[in-house]
Amino acid sequence: MNLWLLLAINSITFGGLLFLLSAGFSLIFGLMRIPNLTHGSMFMLGAYVGASMVMTFHLPFWIGAAIAALTVAVFGGLIERLLLRRLAGAEQAQVLVTLGISLIVADFCLMVWTGDPISVATPPGLVGGVRFVDLFFPTYRIAIILIACVIGALLWVLLDRTRLGAMIRAGVDDPQMARVVGIRVSRLFTIVFCLGAALAGFGGIMGAPILSVYPGLDNDMLPLALVVVILGGTGSLLGSLVGSFVIGFIYNYGQALFPELAYFVLFLPMVVVLVLRPQGLFGKQAP
Amino acid sequence: MRVNRRKFLAGTAAIAGAAAFPMPSIAQGAPLKIGLLTVKTGPLAAGGIQMEGGVVTFLKQRNYTIAGRKVDFISADTGGNPAGAKVKAQELIERDQVDLILGPLASFELLAISEYVAEHKIPMLSLAAAEDITQRKPNPYFVRASATSSQAMKPLADYAAKELKLKKVITIVEDFAFGYEQMGGFQQVFEDDGGRVLKKIWTPIVTPDYTPYLAQLSGVDAVIQGFAGSNPVKFMKQYADQGLKYPVLTGETGGDDAELKSFGDEAIGMISACPYTIDFDNETNKRFIADFEKQVGNWPGFYAAGLYVNCQVVEAALKATGGKTTDKTAFVKAMRAAHLTDTPRGPVRFDDKGNVIGNIFIRKIVKENGKLWQKTLKTYTNIGQFWPFDEKKFLAQPVYSRDYPPLKS
Amino acid sequence: MTATRIGLLAGAVVLLTVPLWVPGDYYVSVCSQILIYAIFALGVDVLIGYGGLVSLGHAGLFGIASYAVAYTLAAGVGHIAAVIVALVLALVGTALFAALSLRVTGIGFIMITLAIGELLWGLAYRWISVTNGDNGISVANRPAPFGISLNPPTHFYYATLVVFALSVFAAWVFIGSPLGASLKGTRDQPRRMNALGYHVWLVRFCACMFSGLLTAIAGILFIYYTQFISPQTLTLTASAEPVLMVISGGSGTLLGPIVGAALVEIVKNIASAYITRWNMLLGAIFVAIVIFMPEGLVPGSRRLVRALLKARAKAPAVAAAAEPNSGEPTP
Repeated sequence: MNLWLLLAINSITFGGLLFLLSAGFSLIFGLMRIPNLTHGSMFMLGAYVGASMVMTFHLPFWIGAAIAALTVAVFGGLIERLLLRRLAGAEQAQVLVTLGISLIVADFCLMVWTGDPISVATPPGLVGGVRFVDLFFPTYRIAIILIACVIGALLWVLLDRTRLGAMIRAGVDDPQMARVVGIRVSRLFTIVFCLGAALAGFGGIMGAPILSVYPGLDNDMLPLALVVVILGGTGSLLGSLVGSFVIGFIYNYGQALFPELAYFVLFLPMVVVLVLRPQGLFGKQAP
Repeated sequence: MRVNRRKFLAGTAAIAGAAAFPMPSIAQGAPLKIGLLTVKTGPLAAGGIQMEGGVVTFLKQRNYTIAGRKVDFISADTGGNPAGAKVKAQELIERDQVDLILGPLASFELLAISEYVAEHKIPMLSLAAAEDITQRKPNPYFVRASATSSQAMKPLADYAAKELKLKKVITIVEDFAFGYEQMGGFQQVFEDDGGRVLKKIWTPIVTPDYTPYLAQLSGVDAVIQGFAGSNPVKFMKQYADQGLKYPVLTGETGGDDAELKSFGDEAIGMISACPYTIDFDNETNKRFIADFEKQVGNWPGFYAAGLYVNCQVVEAALKATGGKTTDKTAFVKAMRAAHLTDTPRGPVRFDDKGNVIGNIFIRKIVKENGKLWQKTLKTYTNIGQFWPFDEKKFLAQPVYSRDYPPLKS
Repeated sequence: MTATRIGLLAGAVVLLTVPLWVPGDYYVSVCSQILIYAIFALGVDVLIGYGGLVSLGHAGLFGIASYAVAYTLAAGVGHIAAVIVALVLALVGTALFAALSLRVTGIGFIMITLAIGELLWGLAYRWISVTNGDNGISVANRPAPFGISLNPPTHFYYATLVVFALSVFAAWVFIGSPLGASLKGTRDQPRRMNALGYHVWLVRFCACMFSGLLTAIAGILFIYYTQFISPQTLTLTASAEPVLMVISGGSGTLLGPIVGAALVEIVKNIASAYITRWNMLLGAIFVAIVIFMPEGLVPGSRRLVRALLKARAKAPAVAAAAEPNSGEPTP
């Protein structure tokens, strides 16, 4: 009985982490139709930069997290401005260049931070846990749920309730018309990409106290982000939020109930969903 | 006299062979070519960098001259996959014509090239832990100066049962051969000593979140983890975050000295068994640690120490053969006959299958001067791959697997 | 036409004389590996370049063929039977793979193939009684067709070259066939093809089967080349590799995947001996290709050569007009 409750709570906290991981991917893919395969690398880069700030330079955790997000945002902006912008609609070239950059980032991290894993201390104030009857919930994980919800809400407000959001949506729906009415679409795309990158970097450092930071983090995380976004339905933030929690539950209960199938717990449901509902659980009918 | 003559003939044949190729090599005085198969890129790079550091530290201490022969050192990056290991083994053997190979790192790399290397009669000194390569499917050109997967786990089990008086444990480790072999060895000895393994949990190689498994840990005296690579660091953090307080015991990869700088304080108190320990008190080890730190910037762990000891074995064999490596069989024989007294892990010798017999250290992670460090609790001496089991009986049982030994119900 | 023929002849001469001009057996082996991956990449290109379907799960199909050979050989069956079993199993696997993944196109296809690839990778790890887990399966001997052992690198190279030539020829025939033409139609105008009475799904299914066949052939050659198979051969990275080869070389061409395979294998196996940061080099090459020749090395070089020839033949004033559209986004 307790195990069930514990798994349920774990599912939600892991879901929160997954949303932080996948929000940026969902944003970029949903708005710009770019399958950003550097997403895992950005997550890892954010984790490494943040870890250095916190563990080596002893900056407060949240300042470290901000620096990590900013660094990755700038990196993302450069990629968009210098490379992706000339490849609009060229899906294959986008795949090639994003995978190429992933190779460079992974090797760069290995060069700078060596291969040794880094354990990032939980930010002070969020150490320890809450005891409930005989169950124990780590405070930091509960904080992750809150942060995920806040980020989700902010993104929703930004896209649905602000002028910038309206311009972005207009730029996505009909770039030519948006240009005619004086919206600088190219700058909007850069902003969206920077934001997506910043979210990835922020997710990286937020995940670091749980996942630790190590070479290979990028390739471990990218498929997870893809699973969430595909299952939730591409291009809808709500979809990836719900998708994150669904995957959280599938992952936790699957691993605990079917240990024999641990390797298949994530991808089997994904295949089933895609076969039955190609547009994902919450996506609209495929265009 | 006759033996000498035959050796002399073999030597001249080698010269003739070498002369057929456009290479300026003369058998006598030619440099000793040592090839290292390691991993310098990708997720396994940490261990690979340690391995290379161990070799380079040794060679620098000897000024790149072993037993009077100049050393040509070639380091090859396999990328950590079997196909890469095969290509790089070909590169070392066919292109560079090395005299011997150090490495590779991972068991699946070793298994991918073992037969190929044996066909070319190239001596190989690896620390990949796959049991059968020195047990049921021995390679006559193979020497392992580190340990088999379960070599350190058996003394650990003995210590857990007899000194720590543990009765019930759960094991948790990655779902692959190295994990099966580690926990198989632990279980066999622990249950012989009266303990019980309640459950064996296997986690996929890539497990971002261990909490579904951590939720199942209850009602035990201790938890035995056997993780490798970067997983121990992640596991220990999540273990502590879940408020779990059972003592944690582990093997050589789970408590590797190279990761002391990576672990957080949650690792304090973890007990591990390892064929090397950084607090081993002799001059050779102190010099090794100092020189290695200068070279690599981190402390050496058992990957680095394993390769350092491998180099010492090569040195001892070269001295025994008078610097000759042309007769590979004789050279491997000399390596297996090596009897070292002064290594960073204490005395080392080999069994007839090429596996090491030496110290296994039981240590505990402590905090000293603000840094994590190992403190040896007990040293098991003269531990071979068969523990005190009878070799024949041991080899008659199947290799440790997911289902062997079975859980007692 | 004659230029193509001269090129073909030159290519054939180069490939046939490899053991004569490369410096040693090791490089002959690397060339064998390039050819094997070129066949694999050709198989992936059939889908990417001609069908517009990017698969990130082909290492799974490649793995099925390799494992099938290793397993049946270990069970004591002969080489011919092992190869037949491998082809049959890989094709059955491909049929299932296609039936599941062809329900979607575009990004959905990428994702579902990725998921299937990951499932096959997990299966290789966990179905220990068949795959021997991560310890893998070794193959003791290469076959000896007509009594010629394929153990020497040169012999193996020529055997691979024969299979390679047949595979390229088969791909050329397939692409030129009515089926190949309709495949290109489904890539560019799926709705119109449907309206014209073509069974789009069936056309794509056939392309998948042909792609699976080439992949299986590459997988069989691979297991005989490395004589070892383990789950590492089925990872996502292993699936991404042929995709990268195809796109960097130029998708939708026969030469592109071959050039891409050569590029990746040379950096991975030869440059890595001299440059520690060879992954960075490979990444940088991909980025450079996207900047200078976003359509891939082979079509890009063709465009350059044509532009040069035109510029030389005609007056300089015309050269500017001949400047082809680069990757600039059209307003």
